[in-house]
Amino acid sequence: MTFEVVIGIETHVQLSTASKIFSGASTAFGAPPNTQASAVDIALPGVLPVLNRGAVERGMRFALAVGGAIDRRSVFARKNYFYPDLPKGYQISQYEIPLVKGGAVTIEADGRQKVVRLTRAHLEEDAGKSLHEGLPDTVGDVTGIDLNRAGTPLLEIVSEPDMRSSAEAVAYAKKLHTLVVWIGICDGNMQEGSFRCDANVSVRRAGEKLGTRCEIKNLNSFRFLQQAIDFEVRRQVELIEDGGSVVQETRLYDPDRDETRSMRSKEDAQDYRYFPDPDLPPLAIDDAWVQRVLDEMPELPEPLRDRLVREHGLGEYDAAQLTTSRALVDYYAATVEAMTPTEPKPALRKLVANWVLGEVSAALNRSDTSLAEAPVSPSQLAGLLRRVEDQTLSGKMAKDVFDAMWAGEATGDDAADILIERRGLRMISDAATIDRLVLEVLAANAAIVAEFRAGKQKAFNSLVGQVMKASKGKANPAEVNAALLRKLAT
Amino acid sequence: MHRKTIAVLSRMLAAREISAVELARAFLDRIERLDGTLHAFITVDPERTLAQARAADERIARGRPAPLTGIPVAHKDLFCAKGWLTTCGSRILSNFISPYDAHVIEQFNAAGAVLLGKTNMDEFAMGSSTENSHFGPARNPWNTECVAGGSSGGSAVAVAAGLVPACTGTDTGGSIRQPAALSGICGLKPTYGLCSRYGLIAFASSLDTPGPLAHDALDCAFMLNAMAGHDARDSTSLARPAVDYVQALRANAGARPLAGLRIGLPSEYFGDGVDGEVAAAVDAALAELRKLGAVTVDIALPAVKYSVPVYYVIAPAEASSNLSRFDGVRYGHRAERYADLADMYKKTRAEGFGPEVKRRILVGTYVLSHGYYDAYYLKAQQVRRLIADDFQRAYGRCDVIAGPTTPTAAFCIGDKADDPVQMYLNDIFTVAANLTGMPAMSIPCGTTTGGLPIGLQLQANHFAEARLLQVAHRFQQVTDWHLRAPPARSKTTVADSHEAARATQP
Repeated sequence: MTFEVVIGIETHVQLSTASKIFSGASTAFGAPPNTQASAVDIALPGVLPVLNRGAVERGMRFALAVGGAIDRRSVFARKNYFYPDLPKGYQISQYEIPLVKGGAVTIEADGRQKVVRLTRAHLEEDAGKSLHEGLPDTVGDVTGIDLNRAGTPLLEIVSEPDMRSSAEAVAYAKKLHTLVVWIGICDGNMQEGSFRCDANVSVRRAGEKLGTRCEIKNLNSFRFLQQAIDFEVRRQVELIEDGGSVVQETRLYDPDRDETRSMRSKEDAQDYRYFPDPDLPPLAIDDAWVQRVLDEMPELPEPLRDRLVREHGLGEYDAAQLTTSRALVDYYAATVEAMTPTEPKPALRKLVANWVLGEVSAALNRSDTSLAEAPVSPSQLAGLLRRVEDQTLSGKMAKDVFDAMWAGEATGDDAADILIERRGLRMISDAATIDRLVLEVLAANAAIVAEFRAGKQKAFNSLVGQVMKASKGKANPAEVNAALLRKLAT
Repeated sequence: MHRKTIAVLSRMLAAREISAVELARAFLDRIERLDGTLHAFITVDPERTLAQARAADERIARGRPAPLTGIPVAHKDLFCAKGWLTTCGSRILSNFISPYDAHVIEQFNAAGAVLLGKTNMDEFAMGSSTENSHFGPARNPWNTECVAGGSSGGSAVAVAAGLVPACTGTDTGGSIRQPAALSGICGLKPTYGLCSRYGLIAFASSLDTPGPLAHDALDCAFMLNAMAGHDARDSTSLARPAVDYVQALRANAGARPLAGLRIGLPSEYFGDGVDGEVAAAVDAALAELRKLGAVTVDIALPAVKYSVPVYYVIAPAEASSNLSRFDGVRYGHRAERYADLADMYKKTRAEGFGPEVKRRILVGTYVLSHGYYDAYYLKAQQVRRLIADDFQRAYGRCDVIAGPTTPTAAFCIGDKADDPVQMYLNDIFTVAANLTGMPAMSIPCGTTTGGLPIGLQLQANHFAEARLLQVAHRFQQVTDWHLRAPPARSKTTVADSHEAARATQP
């Protein structure tokens, strides 16, 4: 009997505001404990929350990006529970009336396109952290509380249970991740917890109603998301096949043991006593505000991908690759623009795309840097590619120059030209010189020529290699090919 | 000196007839002599006070003092004042020294007022008698066996006994007006949103309203001028053009200064539950107001009878959440010994909160619980709306609404301590103004045969503080109830008037 897997995902996206959602304290990651906690964040008696409009605008941007509806009068509620890292004893979160309702994202998984519907997205504040380790020995057996993260703005995005495999779940999470970084509402840093997923997983036999679900909390990498779902599906299927039944509960994934463990069951679920926060009036949003946010929206990845194919003449694959990140496509566009002030030809755009997706991406991976920190700027890359385009450099020579630029051997917009000059790298395309080199090689390698004439194609490549070697690698390979064929034919 | 108003003292300071330091010393001396019995104050800090007074004198010497420069004031002990112990009348904050100033405190500091001390109050402003203070009850200067009302009882006593010219308080269900009435002074609850709640330790956020307690309407205007104003740190604070409430009272008027004023008399405020002497004093006050030109019209507020039950759902609900932050983790009292986290919470809060606070946390937790929210909290909010609608309709037919502030004069300490519902009914005429957010004030309008003060409550529509103050001011220009001082009494006379007070209870 086969089982169908049903997955819905809740994602906590940390919004990239400079200050917290209800206070002026900084949201920067990694500061010493409790140095970024204001009177509001530590919930001194008498302090009050003031909503950060930047957080609201980021939520609105998300709504516009996924085609969701922006509620013109959403409400902040208090979710009441006691925990030492929750200073007020309640979390301010939107409950009955969220900022965003509906919307959808299109994913590609298992070779098919699929639309995943979104239920809602709402604003809320993050809690602080409890520190059980890393405290000085002198303090004894205590738990530390760091409230730097308390009050950091979050957008919680809730999907419908539309995913049917861990691959779809990962495709969804990746799509969402690309999108929130693209529209500039989240830095996307998963190690620092800026993007975390909770997966609701259930299984059912074909045609049956939805099974009992378990929620796996706090998955902060795509790999963990996949592994946790795969484990959970196996666990639930085995349970049912053995005649048992799934109990609704919250589970934690332990990546070291690759398993999920029960955290609390439904019976332990707390009564959060939600009620509208009397300190915050309903969040009113008018048409003018929506229009302002709309005007500042960047072009979204899918329309841009289609435009790169349609207007730039790029292939589907290259266009899709370039639009996996806004930084990448911006780098591409900046390089093209630096190469020519006029409308570039499709071949030139193709050349730039190849280099950005090839050498530049590979170098980034090798050195584990981001595009923002890349040692080769778009205008430097443009300077290099201009020398490829005018046939000063062969592909091989260009790669050497690129590596030297990356290593910082020359700086400035004319770094490529400086390196070409310094290394004497100039491709030999002059016909007379190439003809002379070809004749010398043919004279010195009678045996290989005989092999070629006997029909051995490999012999031809060997002759090309000899000519390139004789030119110290500077001969134009296309010209060498042509000249060899010409001479051998006579 | 101790009965002089801000208006008078301000002139004296400007004319250098007295210095701010002399004034502060005079009041500190009175506190020293009388507060052992009255217990109006939780904290007095002469050194800090005199430092502020010296600064005020320097400012006066430089010229251009503000109207409150050098005027001693005291604040209810739930306004956070930097460097001052700020207890909220509770054990759980009995060691809390605020690191910051409330907006209201900043405003008084900017005006040059001199902070004389922090006044006694019911714990977390929950109560109508100041008996719920962790630091012991405040005593009514008209009869020290009687309560002073609450929760701003310490503030009311301090003004009534001449320990300070004026005080701040907060009013969540009557906590300024009821103690003002029981102590024979004036108390104003402004429109919700007029004065910032930033730095005010929250009881019920949608109801809490800072306001002044003072000898007369003019002094309330001086105080309100300092207290009102937009504050971006309170999202419920309203940005409105500033009104000079003192100036509003300075206009000359003829023999009938209230001509054209329509005073609404709700049948619900003149029923059986009102003590005969209170009703008679209110009637006499209405007769004075008619002489000044006002006309009275009968009105009905049918939903107002639900005010107390609605209040006792909404206020505890908000309180149960607001008081969650007092958990012993970051500041305030923490139990000395505990087994684990849950035990630490339980012991800390069991030790830190008094019985009335616990009662309201339990009620509030209950009405917000899953399955009860709709029946209690949501229903209460709906009825709250109906009450507001009643008042809006009424203000189509009248300009102010008048009636008694409380059903009776002050009761004896201990008399209602065991019966929370009887205690809650003391707020029966005052809570509606909190539910609607509309302004209301209490002014003295008589005394019982036992010599206890009686309060007249005046209410008006949103932002009509100036009108309320004008009506009160005109009344006070032709009456002297606000000028009467509690008798200076010895221990022996206390017992006599105690008997008299008991005799006047209905």
